[in-house]
Amino acid sequence: MARVLGTSIKRREDPALITGRGKYTDDLKAEGLAHAVIVRSPYAHARIRGIDTSAAAALPGVLAVLTARDVAAAGIPGVVPVGWLLPDLVTPAHPMIAADTVRHVGDAVAVVVAEDRYLARDAADRVAVDYEPLDAVADVVAALEDGAPSVHEEAPGNVAFDWEIGEREPVDAAFASAAHTVELDLRNNRLIPHAIEPRAVLASYDSSTGEMTIHMTSQNPHVHRLLMTLASLGMPEHKVRIVAPEVGGGFGSKIHHYADEAIVGLCSMKLDRPVKWTATRTETNLTDAHGRDHSTRCALALDADGRITGLRVDTAAAMGAYLSTFAPAVPTYLYGTLMSGQYDIPAIHCHVTGVFTHTTPVDAYRGAGRPEATYVVERLMHLAGEATGLGPVEVRRRNFVSPDAFPYQTQVALAYDSGNYGPAMDRALEMIGYEDLRSQQASRRDNGAKQIGIGFSSYIEACGLAPSAVVGSLGAQAGQWESADVRVHPTASVTVYTGSSSHGQGHETTFSQIVADRLGIDPEAVEVIHGDTDLVQFGMGTYGSRSAAVGGSAIARSVDKIIEKGKKIAAHLLEASAEDLEYEDGSFRVAGSPDRSLGLGDVALQAYLAHNYPDDLEPGLSATSFYDPANFTYPFGTHVCVVEVDTETGSIELLRYAAVDDVGNVINPMIVDGQLHGGLAQGIGQALWENAVYDESGQLVSGSLMDYAVPKIHNLIPFELDRTTTPCPHNPLGVKGVGEAGAIASPAAVVNAVVDALAPFGISHIDMPLTPEKVWRAVNS
Amino acid sequence: MYPAQFDYRRAGSVDEALSLLQENEDAKLMAGGHSLIPMMKLRLAQPPVVIDIGRLNELKGISEAGGSVRVGSLTTHADIAASDVLAAHCPVLAEAAGHIGDAQVRNRGTIGGNIAHADPGSDIPPVLVLLGASVHLQSPSGTRSVAAGDFFQDLLMTDVGEDEILTHVDAPALGAGTGSAYLKFEHPASGYAVVGAAASVTVQGGRCTGAGLVVGGVSATPTAVDVSSLVGTDLSDDAIAAAASGLDAEDPIGDIFASGDYRVHVGKVYGKRALAAARDRA
Ligand SMILES: Cc1cc2nc3c(=O)[nH]c(=O)nc-3n(C[C@H](O)[C@H](O)[C@H](O)COP(=O)(O)OP(=O)(O)OC[C@H]3O[C@@H](n4cnc5c(N)ncnc54)[C@H](O)[C@@H]3O)c2cc1C
Repeated sequence: MARVLGTSIKRREDPALITGRGKYTDDLKAEGLAHAVIVRSPYAHARIRGIDTSAAAALPGVLAVLTARDVAAAGIPGVVPVGWLLPDLVTPAHPMIAADTVRHVGDAVAVVVAEDRYLARDAADRVAVDYEPLDAVADVVAALEDGAPSVHEEAPGNVAFDWEIGEREPVDAAFASAAHTVELDLRNNRLIPHAIEPRAVLASYDSSTGEMTIHMTSQNPHVHRLLMTLASLGMPEHKVRIVAPEVGGGFGSKIHHYADEAIVGLCSMKLDRPVKWTATRTETNLTDAHGRDHSTRCALALDADGRITGLRVDTAAAMGAYLSTFAPAVPTYLYGTLMSGQYDIPAIHCHVTGVFTHTTPVDAYRGAGRPEATYVVERLMHLAGEATGLGPVEVRRRNFVSPDAFPYQTQVALAYDSGNYGPAMDRALEMIGYEDLRSQQASRRDNGAKQIGIGFSSYIEACGLAPSAVVGSLGAQAGQWESADVRVHPTASVTVYTGSSSHGQGHETTFSQIVADRLGIDPEAVEVIHGDTDLVQFGMGTYGSRSAAVGGSAIARSVDKIIEKGKKIAAHLLEASAEDLEYEDGSFRVAGSPDRSLGLGDVALQAYLAHNYPDDLEPGLSATSFYDPANFTYPFGTHVCVVEVDTETGSIELLRYAAVDDVGNVINPMIVDGQLHGGLAQGIGQALWENAVYDESGQLVSGSLMDYAVPKIHNLIPFELDRTTTPCPHNPLGVKGVGEAGAIASPAAVVNAVVDALAPFGISHIDMPLTPEKVWRAVNS
Repeated sequence: MYPAQFDYRRAGSVDEALSLLQENEDAKLMAGGHSLIPMMKLRLAQPPVVIDIGRLNELKGISEAGGSVRVGSLTTHADIAASDVLAAHCPVLAEAAGHIGDAQVRNRGTIGGNIAHADPGSDIPPVLVLLGASVHLQSPSGTRSVAAGDFFQDLLMTDVGEDEILTHVDAPALGAGTGSAYLKFEHPASGYAVVGAAASVTVQGGRCTGAGLVVGGVSATPTAVDVSSLVGTDLSDDAIAAAASGLDAEDPIGDIFASGDYRVHVGKVYGKRALAAARDRA
């Protein structure tokens, strides 16, 4: 049997999706379905003096108009909780429906349910809310200034938390004795995730059973069930079933528990009817948790040889108006802990202030903290290359953690399990034709408006947050393991129940490859079930590039258990000792006697017949595992971006993009490349185009796709990809993660390239996104 | 996104469309629907009645006669971009239409709807002004024509009266020795023109005998640049740059992507580049 791990078999998900047969939440119908429209605050900050729902309720076909009063009257907890706590974290209540104060444009104030969507929308226009507008602050730096409008009374100065990692004194000492120092003030621009499918929910409550089924756009149905029942609706967990049908992308935005889904659940309970809500694109932009939004001051100290001696980082990170599900973890444990990058840095200190602003909450978005950390480190490395005269390649090489130093303990808690950073850099240079490019660049320097620049990003990533005990000690209110139940049928086909919930990644294909490879059977003989809390044992879901490393490992563990049990059954049938049995290519064989063997199917059938069966064994051939990894995994790589900058207009053209990534063993190269392509598009999008802009009054002025520029295919170029392979030493598959790598590495590569192109103009930094006007102004100032 | 309630009427002829307009106050004509429907979905437009003129074949088509080209108002951007008649007689119009949106937008959107909507980032208006085109309108009381330069009045405002239908556009054909070009600086989000520069240059015996430049996107309406200084020159790069730098806008429009100042600057650069491209094609 040929190996199926490492082969690009086609995604089994695609035929249904590309022929339009895939069923997304909004495609689902139900008997007696009613439709909800949520009335939202047009103000960033206002007091609600009163709400008059009578005109809306009077429209024929309107079934209910609910406000915060109805939430209170329902006697339910009625809040949206935060799922990660930090020491001294200020946790103001986030009500499902705002009661007396709204804190961002889009905050829910009422919900209208009607017989059809149009009616509900018409009625929503008739809900009269009497607002008293208050001063608002949308900018993360302005929110920290004295006298800034306050978002929550409980949070003086708008500070949600004050967090640090590493030690300050050694860093101060490093700077005091440094031969070179570089420093930078930067903004990491706020982003809107833009999953192509907006968030949607169809909640069906049945008063005769007290059960509710909720179909919704979820990356982690079990986590949603827990938060929905415990904190919002106050229902018994076992009475709620959450199903994630096809989910059209998430990028983090569908991890979090939002008010809207809970509101729709409440409507269904009140009306005893199924109720559906699908966000409009405008609502998506106003309510999906945003990403990034940092203001950072950072500096690097180096000795005379260009070796880094210290790194200092101080960041103000926007939380938005409320603390979203994982928000406090993102700019802390997923950010400060990554500050060592690929480098051996003896002293690091990172201080982060979490800041409330009158904006949409900020939470995990593809990369979540790691892109921000990589941006800090890799922008500083670019400047260090200039300051030391070593250039971008040599300064990095000189500081790489050496391959024999693993496991490598950083100064910021993480211990890198494995890595070999030089070869990825070598390969990237070779692919891009570095020397040639530098001479092309030199020949353009003195003539012509179009300058070439080359930018590097040697990134580190930490995915598959683990182990649970450690993550718990850092404040997570959730475990970070994953589950898998693998069932071999009597006919030797297999069904896998995984807690990892796919929303576009191709889990069904990849996971079937893991099982097929280990069992020596055809991937077509493996079915993968996910995204349904009634079918699947508790699971943690899909985020943080964890599915292969954690979810895949759980599956591998279960398969191994099945093989162990199968050996006992086969040994009984073959009258041999289980220790003498081997499993290979789908057969159990007695070692040394090749003709004494039984196929998986023979053994599976006997496991279910249990007629001729070991006395001490239970019938059946299935196994469940809850796999809790020993550590994070640490993918890495070097990306190189080449740009041409039209200095006359400030326009940037991408010329080349080469990425060498080490994601450990690869299960399906095509899917891995696809993940990189998507991540690169988003990271390049952040660098060049994407920006969530609020005006002074807290209005989101880039709230539509007419103003917020997501990258389109014609904006991008073919990416040149290659890999090195350093298997993860601590999981059974040797896999790491790839879902976020592209988005983590690329912003720094692009900005470094542009800054490199503009070096003759004395430009050392431009904040993202590098719009033509900003570049033009920098060139002309 | 759900529009407010409206009635839908489909007109079988221009006359029927005109009487439907008369009968229904605040009704809106719908051609390709690609500007109207988004406005309705956002509830920025809430017409009680939509009159669909999309199937009026009498308003579709491209022809040339006596040194003038005629484009029916319901002709799609895709048909304009692919037209042999325009390629021969008015290539700059086809070039501009080819820059509009994506294939779906070009297959639905029409020239009449484009100029009646009059978005400052539209690609067609500066070209029509450059060409000295005339816009033809019909109402129950008759027909009239307006010079393109007078047709565009302000942001989303034109000379189309409430009882009028735009029937076609006429433009003088560009003769031998005339090169033209449309250059677009695309908005990365909307795909509309931040700046669109339409230029034409006529050359005889190595000397320029006529030149025009109109820039869209910097002001509410297309901005014509006086480039008469090019006449008589050999169209050197320097002469072209000097001429294009005459672009002036009283009150340039700006947004979060590009300020007014920057648009004027890009207008000059793109104007220069469009003129140079037109010269090279002459
Ligand atoms: C995604 C997208 C991208 C786009 N990108 C671009 C771009 O890059 N460049 C660009 O120039 N445009 C762009 N457009 C706009 C496109 O060109 C539209 O098709 C055009 O502006 C309107 O044409 P329409 O036929 O769809 O008009 P409709 O939407 O049907 O009508 C628009 C307006 O014109 C009126 N109207 C229509 N026909 C007539 C008539 N014969 N007489 C009188 N009034 C009439 C209508 O009442 C309405 O007020 C884009 C549109 C979309 C949706």
